[in-house]
Order: sequence, then C-alpha cells, then structure tokens
Amino acid sequence: MSKYPEIALIAALAAGVTAGAATAEEYGLGRPALPEEIAAWDVKIMPDGRGLPEGSGDVWTGDEVFGTYCASCHGDFAEGVGNWPSLAGGHGTLDRADPVKTVGSYWPYLSTVWDYVNRSMPYGYAQSLSADEVYAITAYILYSNNIVDDDFTLSHENFTEVEMPNADGFIVDDRAETEYPDWRRDPCMENCKDEVEITMRAAVLDVTPGDEGDADSGSD
Amino acid sequence: MSELFKGKPASRRAFLRGSVAAAAGAVTAGAARAGAPDPLITEVQPWAQGWGDPVDAAPYGMPIKYESDVVRRTVEWLTADLTSSINFTPVHALDGTITPQGCAFERHHSGAIELRKEDYRLMINGLVDRPLVFTYADLERFPRENHVYFCECAANTGMEWAGAQLNGAQFTHGMIHNMEYTGVTLRTLLEEAGLGAAGDLSDKWIFVEGADASSNGRSIPMEKALDDVLVAFKANGEALRKEHGYPARLVVPGWEGNLWVKWLRRIEVTDAAVESREETSKYTDTLADGTSRKWTWVMDAKSIITSPSPQAPITHGPGPLVISGLAWSGHGAITRVDVSKDGGKSWQTARLARDPEAKALTRFYLDTTWDGEEMLLQARAVDETGYVQPTKAQLREVRGENSIYHNNCIQTWWVQPGGEAENVEVS
Repeated sequence: MSKYPEIALIAALAAGVTAGAATAEEYGLGRPALPEEIAAWDVKIMPDGRGLPEGSGDVWTGDEVFGTYCASCHGDFAEGVGNWPSLAGGHGTLDRADPVKTVGSYWPYLSTVWDYVNRSMPYGYAQSLSADEVYAITAYILYSNNIVDDDFTLSHENFTEVEMPNADGFIVDDRAETEYPDWRRDPCMENCKDEVEITMRAAVLDVTPGDEGDADSGSD
Repeated sequence: MSELFKGKPASRRAFLRGSVAAAAGAVTAGAARAGAPDPLITEVQPWAQGWGDPVDAAPYGMPIKYESDVVRRTVEWLTADLTSSINFTPVHALDGTITPQGCAFERHHSGAIELRKEDYRLMINGLVDRPLVFTYADLERFPRENHVYFCECAANTGMEWAGAQLNGAQFTHGMIHNMEYTGVTLRTLLEEAGLGAAGDLSDKWIFVEGADASSNGRSIPMEKALDDVLVAFKANGEALRKEHGYPARLVVPGWEGNLWVKWLRRIEVTDAAVESREETSKYTDTLADGTSRKWTWVMDAKSIITSPSPQAPITHGPGPLVISGLAWSGHGAITRVDVSKDGGKSWQTARLARDPEAKALTRFYLDTTWDGEEMLLQARAVDETGYVQPTKAQLREVRGENSIYHNNCIQTWWVQPGGEAENVEVS
C-alpha cells in the first residue's frame, strides 16, 4: 500500500473520472452501427409518442385489417377467442375477482399498443404490417373499447391526444414501504398459533396435469 | 434417444401405488434380516457378467432411462398455445442447487428460435457516444466473469393466489432455475459504447430486446444495468440452450425472469422507461382496490420444500427422514431457513448445505425422524436484509388475490400417514 494514501485517492478519482467520460476504457471491439441498421432495429415507441412514423389509419380500415390479421385469435370485436387475450371490454373489473385486463380497461399508454402490434403482431408473422395498418388496427382497438367514435382517424399528429381510461391506475413498486418494514422482524419459533386447520386442498380442485381425470376446463 | 423421454407422465395415483409398493418393500427388507438371502447379492446379475455400453454410445449423454420422469412439464390450460407459454422445472426430483439446462424451465413469448452464432448481432445505441454492433466473436474477447444466479419467473406460484391449486412443487414452484453463468458485464459493453452522451446517469434507463418475434422488450434502470447485469453466453459450463437464449442472453440477478431477455439483440440507453407491453399489460401486479404496481422487479425471499412433496411422497415408512428444499432471495443471500411440521405452530431451523450465495438458490435440509403421523410441512426463508418470507394471509392482506405475480408465500404440504403429500392451505 502507498505510504501516501491521499495520492492513491487522487489517482483513484482520476481513474473514476476517466471511466465516466466519453473516452472510457475501450477494447476497440465492435464496429460503428450504421444509421440504416439503427433505423431497422430501433422501432420502439415512447409513451410521449417519440418514435412514431408518419402515417394514419381510420376505424373502418382498422376493422378490415383487424378482421384479416387479428380476429382469429382476438375475435371480430377484439373480445378474445378462448384463452387468447381480450383486447376490449373489462371496464370496471379491476377491483373484482378475476379482473378482465384489456387495452381499454388496463393498458396505461397507447404507445404500448402501437409498439407491440408493430413489432410482434400478427402472431407468427411479425413485422409485416405497414405503419398505416398499425395506425388503423390501433384505431379499431380504441373504437372496440368505446374510447373513440367510428369516424375516428388515428395519426402521428393526434396520437398523444388519446386518453387511456386506466392511465392513472398504476403506482411504482411500493413494497419497500408497505411490506418490508412489517416483514423484517424476528419470526416466531414456538407457540405461534393455537389451532391449525386445513382450509383448502389442491386434490379437491383437481386441476393438476397427470392426475386421473385431467381437468380440461379453462381457467383465467 | 428421445424415446427415453416418452414415458407417460406419472400420475398421483401412480405415486400412491409406488408408495404402497415401497412400503411393502420395506416390510420385505425388514423380513430379510431374518434370513432370506437377497438374490441381488447371491445371484450373478447380467450387469456383473456382460458388457455395458462402449464409449461414444452417446456422444452427448442424456439421463439414464430410469430417470425419464425427471423432465419439464407444462400445464396446458394456463396458456392459449405452447409457443407463448411456460413449463416447469422438476424441482421435486432435483437436489443440490444447480439446475441442469435440459430440465430448466422455459418461457417463450413466440417460441424458442434457432439463431446461429454467425448470424448473431448485438447493437448498443441511444444515448451513447458510439453506437456499436458486436458479433458473437466480439463478445468472447471482453473480460469474462462467472456467477451463479437464480432466474425466477415473476408468475412462479402465481396460480396459488386464490387457493391451493396445483398439486406438486414442480407446478407451484418450478418456474425457477439456477445456473452458473459465464459472460461479460453489461457495464463493460456500455462503457465500450461510452456513456458520456447520457450525461447524468441517475435518471437514465436501458431498453433491452431479443431477436425473436416477440422481442420481449423491457426497460431497466441504469443503476441496475451498471451494477451486476451480465450478457451471458455459457451456463453450467456449456453454451446456452436454444430455449434459454442461445447464443447470448441477459442475466439480471435477483430480478424477475422476464427481464432476462433471451437472444439479446439490442440495448438502447434511453431517458425514460419505454413502457412496453411486458411492463404495462403484463408483469404489473393488481391490488385489491384495482390499482396496479409497476416496476416490481425484485424477487423477494422465498423457499419451498421439494421433498417430501406431492410428487415426492415418503415411501420408506417411519424412521429417519430427510426434509429437503430450496430457498432464495433477490435481495441478497439467504441467512436462515426454518421448517415447521405442524402448519406453523412451531419451527425448527434447518441446516444449510453450503455457504449461501447472493441471489442464488440455497439448499437446506432438516434431518429428522418421522413418527408416521401426518405433518403440515412448511419452510420459511430469511435473507440478509432480515426479510422473512410471509404467509399467504400476510400477502393477501396487502395485495388481495389478483396480483398474479410475486407470490412468495409460505407453502404447506399435508403429509399423510401413508406418506402421500398434498398441496393445502391452512388457517
């Protein structure tokens, strides 16, 4: 160790500054990403609409495109088929048992719809839709949730004006305040409760694979 | 070779039959002490006389056929189809802590893709000084680290919120695996691209995407990105499996598995969370009043008794019994695990098999004697922050029953006098 700890400290600080600066320690590996490459892969849409391409689509065009590409899983009216996701409905169900979480009842940002449809749908044929088709599908999903009227046209210009019903329905993780103080206590080891009774049995419900009489009933 | 794995999934009734047969065996073995010689010893067996397999019979070995039931299983009614679905690690049949890749749970959002190393590209862009593209070969030229971490799906135990539902540790707690990863720290790669352009890093994020059709994009705060996140290309010493993101995946220690993006293809430095599908419509936790928590990344402390359990009943009758299980915490290392045989009235501290590692599975044992009476078995983990694994009642009191994710409650197995075990809830 240095006999002059202050010198070691200064050296460490200098190293830290260098590491933080633009010319951080470089291995010289990789090559510059070209603008065309970044444009091809960086397709994310931010909640404030950054990243949206120019374009537009109306509800009736959306009805058609949705019928072609989406309805086989999501239903003609975006209500969902079988176990596939419902995209419409469910309003007012979030505080009930088995809430129905749809774009209309749950999703806080419209940007998420555009981003996801554009990058991952149709399922099994992703990234095949034009920007105008994605606008149209998004408009139709909004219409299916009674968020816009049937004469609505969605575009990059009015995108951020749409208000999502559950936009204020989220809080940032608060476990550190609401749970951890109570649960960071020495646990009981003896005489922790007087009686213990079985209140529910999985074998009675019988939905486990491999059991005789496999349950084939659906579940939320 | 695949024939080894075509065995009919063992049913609960089959376990019962097995348990009865084993009990009978125990009686016979007891009787053997009276004098009847064991033919397995007194008669020359075929394996002691002829040849076994030559080397190279299996250039890449698979488990012996007698272990063919130790495989991943799925629950078909959970999802609409199997390309966007999940299966479960057979935790009831494993021991130690390392999960073999071949039976480590899978979660895909549009299927496991086959991506050659030669076709692999990793882009870093956004608020960086030098947007870069790396090849797979580039990744192997950065300094490497080795770490063991658990990866738990946020939905592990998610089917149990409203009550005891699935009868087996594999199904209630099998959305987890634990591997030794080899990779490059994300910090190294971000610094190679240069973070000067990002300015103040305290309010910056990264957005990470995979190369598959779902891309599974997620936002992660820069503080975590620069802390302990890895871009891994090996697990348990060998290349990642296709189903775990070959050739490279993100490892986000202690945080929910959905963030561990597979087939990692792009890392963008951003000034805000993207609020992608996977961090808004999914992986958000709805409370009883209808509001939902978002950004619930950390996996709280949790434990599970893997044996005895519904798929691993006691087959040996009264006497010495090893109660075994796993514990883990996204906050750090496990410091203690307690086991109760009476549904939580009283607890005994279990033995930890090795020094616990932070954000990795810890194996615990309670070496005990079973009197043949019923037990209500529970395990309770404590981590280095003093966090004590809660009961289901404690969780429900804060969160209600609609959270889906982050159910880290104490689990109860009802072990009956015959040795059979069942998933139950207790008062």
